[in-house]
Amino acid sequence: MATTTETSKAVVDLVSATVRFCGDSGDGMQLAGTQMTNTSALVGNDIATFPDFPAEIRAPRGTKAGVSGFQLHFAATEIFTPGDQVDALVAMNPAALVTNLSDLVPGGILVVNKDAFDAKGLEQAGYKVSPLEDGSLDAYQLFSIEMTRLNRLAVDGLGLSQKEADRCRNFYAMGLAFWLYDRPLEPTLRYIDEKFGKNPNVAEANRRALRAGYNYGDTTEAFSSQFRVSRADLPAGKYRNITGNQAMAIGLVVAAKRSNCEVFYGSYPITPASDILHELSRHKNFGVRTFQAEDEIAAVTSAIGAAFVGAMGVTGSSGPGIALKGEGLGLAVMTELPLLVINVQRGGPSTGLPTKTEQADLLQALFGRNGECPMPVIAARSPADCFDVVQEAWRIATRFMTPVMILSDGYLANGSEPWRLPAVDSLEPIPVTHPAAPTNGEVFHPYARDERLARPWALPGTPGLMHRIGGLEKQDITGNVNYEPENHQKMVLLRAKKTALVAQDVPEQTVDGPDAGDVLVVGWGGTYGALATAVRRLNSKGHKVAHAHLRYLNPLPRNLGEILSRYKKVLVPELNLGQLRMVLRAEYLVDAIGLNKVKGKPFSVNEVEAKIVELLK
Amino acid sequence: MSTDALPVLTANDFASDQDVRWCPGCGDYSILAQMKKVLATVGTPREKTVFVSGIGCSSRFPYYVDTYGFHSIHGRAPAIATGVKGARPDLTVWVITGDGDALSIGGNHLMHAIRRNLDINIVLFNNRIYGLTKGQYSPTSPLGKINKSAPMGVIDNPLHPLSIAIGCEATFVARSIDVNIKHLSMVLQRAAEHKGTSFVEVYQNCNVFNDGAFEYATDRNSKADTTIEIEHGKPLIFGKNRDKGIRLNGMEPEIVELGKGISVDDLLFHDEKAPEPSLAYLLSRMRHPEFPEPIGVFRAVDHPKYDEELNKQIETARKNRGEGKIEDLLNAGETWVIE
Repeated sequence: MATTTETSKAVVDLVSATVRFCGDSGDGMQLAGTQMTNTSALVGNDIATFPDFPAEIRAPRGTKAGVSGFQLHFAATEIFTPGDQVDALVAMNPAALVTNLSDLVPGGILVVNKDAFDAKGLEQAGYKVSPLEDGSLDAYQLFSIEMTRLNRLAVDGLGLSQKEADRCRNFYAMGLAFWLYDRPLEPTLRYIDEKFGKNPNVAEANRRALRAGYNYGDTTEAFSSQFRVSRADLPAGKYRNITGNQAMAIGLVVAAKRSNCEVFYGSYPITPASDILHELSRHKNFGVRTFQAEDEIAAVTSAIGAAFVGAMGVTGSSGPGIALKGEGLGLAVMTELPLLVINVQRGGPSTGLPTKTEQADLLQALFGRNGECPMPVIAARSPADCFDVVQEAWRIATRFMTPVMILSDGYLANGSEPWRLPAVDSLEPIPVTHPAAPTNGEVFHPYARDERLARPWALPGTPGLMHRIGGLEKQDITGNVNYEPENHQKMVLLRAKKTALVAQDVPEQTVDGPDAGDVLVVGWGGTYGALATAVRRLNSKGHKVAHAHLRYLNPLPRNLGEILSRYKKVLVPELNLGQLRMVLRAEYLVDAIGLNKVKGKPFSVNEVEAKIVELLK
Repeated sequence: MSTDALPVLTANDFASDQDVRWCPGCGDYSILAQMKKVLATVGTPREKTVFVSGIGCSSRFPYYVDTYGFHSIHGRAPAIATGVKGARPDLTVWVITGDGDALSIGGNHLMHAIRRNLDINIVLFNNRIYGLTKGQYSPTSPLGKINKSAPMGVIDNPLHPLSIAIGCEATFVARSIDVNIKHLSMVLQRAAEHKGTSFVEVYQNCNVFNDGAFEYATDRNSKADTTIEIEHGKPLIFGKNRDKGIRLNGMEPEIVELGKGISVDDLLFHDEKAPEPSLAYLLSRMRHPEFPEPIGVFRAVDHPKYDEELNKQIETARKNRGEGKIEDLLNAGETWVIE
């Protein structure tokens, strides 16, 4: 007799699999995806995820507008993307099916909740005839399961209302998917204990639903085989699964600790950046002060105030909020205070697509302020990379006394991957110095500069260093208000030169692939995974294609011009209409070609690969 | 314990090396002079004091005091000050602002700084005009006022700074007048002593673009009848001969003459510590020419302060969970090892 721990079915080994859960935004699909992700990470797979949810918290039930999805790619090899297409689709209702089916590979596994395919559900999804009956799904391995009914039976007797019982349905779906891909239930059972321990009936219902789904796969004859994806050969070390926003928040806390500062995070809630605020607010025992400001302007200016008095001033937002912060950022440039500004980009313009990803704020980051207002800009390329980018941003901010803009995006922010934890002793101090009180009555010059053109970070509270800063132009060295023509020219050039000097302080650009050849793919930010995968595929087929992924967007790497000249063609794929391409063309007079997409979705590997192949012809 | 006596500071110690560039005859000079005296009296070391301002004539103030200073951007001083005080509760923070800076472009920040009750002092120089931009009407300009941007007269109903502050749950609200130097000193001193956000409106004459806006309140012959000094626990009496008073008629104030059957005991007695702000609000609605305008401390009550609470949470977290360690932070949640 079959049990939940051993199976009588055939087991097929796979190198990788991509699964997507989709349903109503109240169906718990994000939780289902997250649990399967964490479990897959724990069994040693490499993982990449793509949560995709609507801006509406609860769109009307059963409608296409309310469909929420979570895609998970897990593999026995190193992977960089959540997968172009899905191998298995779990659709909890007709609306979820109709909006997601096109991403399922032909012959793929399709699990649907049959009970949701009633007249109303079909009508809401725009089906005239049930797709479960008209043969339109014949190209897939369809498993039409009465999930609602079976789940209710599983939790029967626990005194739950029907509504409460139905809320366990996502655990039923999870159980089934876990069986299908041979995932252990224990991590999810632990999660249920932690999350619902105070409510024993609900905890028990979720446990039963999970096991019922698992047992359904195991015992019914519907499924003839189970799949197995063995552990990936990842670099040795200790890992945890992490999202971009978590990595960003943890990165801030660690960078502050390394520099002996305390975080002051001024922020106004905005999708998809709010999770940074949530995560940071949990770490008050590190001296982290989170300030939920009255608006975006107060968020940035409070952080500037905190920076003035010696804190690690940080503000985070998304594009619309960064637009509001523009004047404040100019003040930070003028007062030459270290400040971190995080933009978790989303689809624009205006309110745009709050929950979808895009890379269309690059020019805003580089130029979106009045006057000549330069600021270093760096971008993260994967969820875990957000941690490293924060360390680098804070190092630059404090070494050069400048605000630094960090670009992330919705795809990185909510997506997750295994993060190899850095050894604590590898995290060397980020040295930050403040001038001490003068001992012999010498006059303090707040705008005197060191070899990097950085001015001193003199802290209120220090006797003898009293000084005034502000948004008006400063006299060189003294920092007094000054309107003289020659001084203004000098100061504008000084600020530009200081920013340019950052290029001397950061590593040279590296290239993945041959160091000369037919096509160089230049990218930045969250497209890293798709570009790297496409280029590696073509390299393995013998094509002379290389990939340069830019972390430093201002200033650009000092050897980039030289790299660009070594390839016959330069392709710049971006989730915008060609913003980096415009910069590269202006800076290097290179005839860069664009691959541009603005659909609120990441690149698929296939579309990048196809474009490169086209250029190779 | 140190045996060194703290140096005694004088007003001159707070003068910076910058030339003061307000127009000759501007009311700001008087406020600066009184502020320097008060700073010396309060005795907070200069390096522990931070002046934050926005944009406008008044906002040049930080350049003229030898403390730390931040002349920021239009309207944002309360938000900058929130970062300063939130991160460094050991510092004494003054916000200098004007009617346009605080009530127009910075209205939102003012409202939220006051309701959070950070331990900062906000001094609003009200001259009822935009001076720095040369004479447009401000949110406190009276209806009908003719000026550069309203040649046919202002049609925007004006705001009243103290009513706004009280509506924002202010714990300290006061008013004084630039040329009434003794009174101004007293009010600034009280503001400095208050724990929580102190909000002070100062009637300030812009002798270039709005000269005489407060003449009724400063003219030697009329001020006894057009203003009324309010003091905690004292009846509201005014007039050159101190023969007039304010009495409550139901919910409304009315002017009465003392004698003729009306005694001091019939008058409204001021209570700056009243838990409800109704009285302070009523006083803030008394306006010239219908009423003498109150000057003094309208409200002074104690409430939790944001900066204290913010830092208390940090202390509590450290006490309960210990000082954060990077090791624990990195290893939080489920981890696994790959050999």
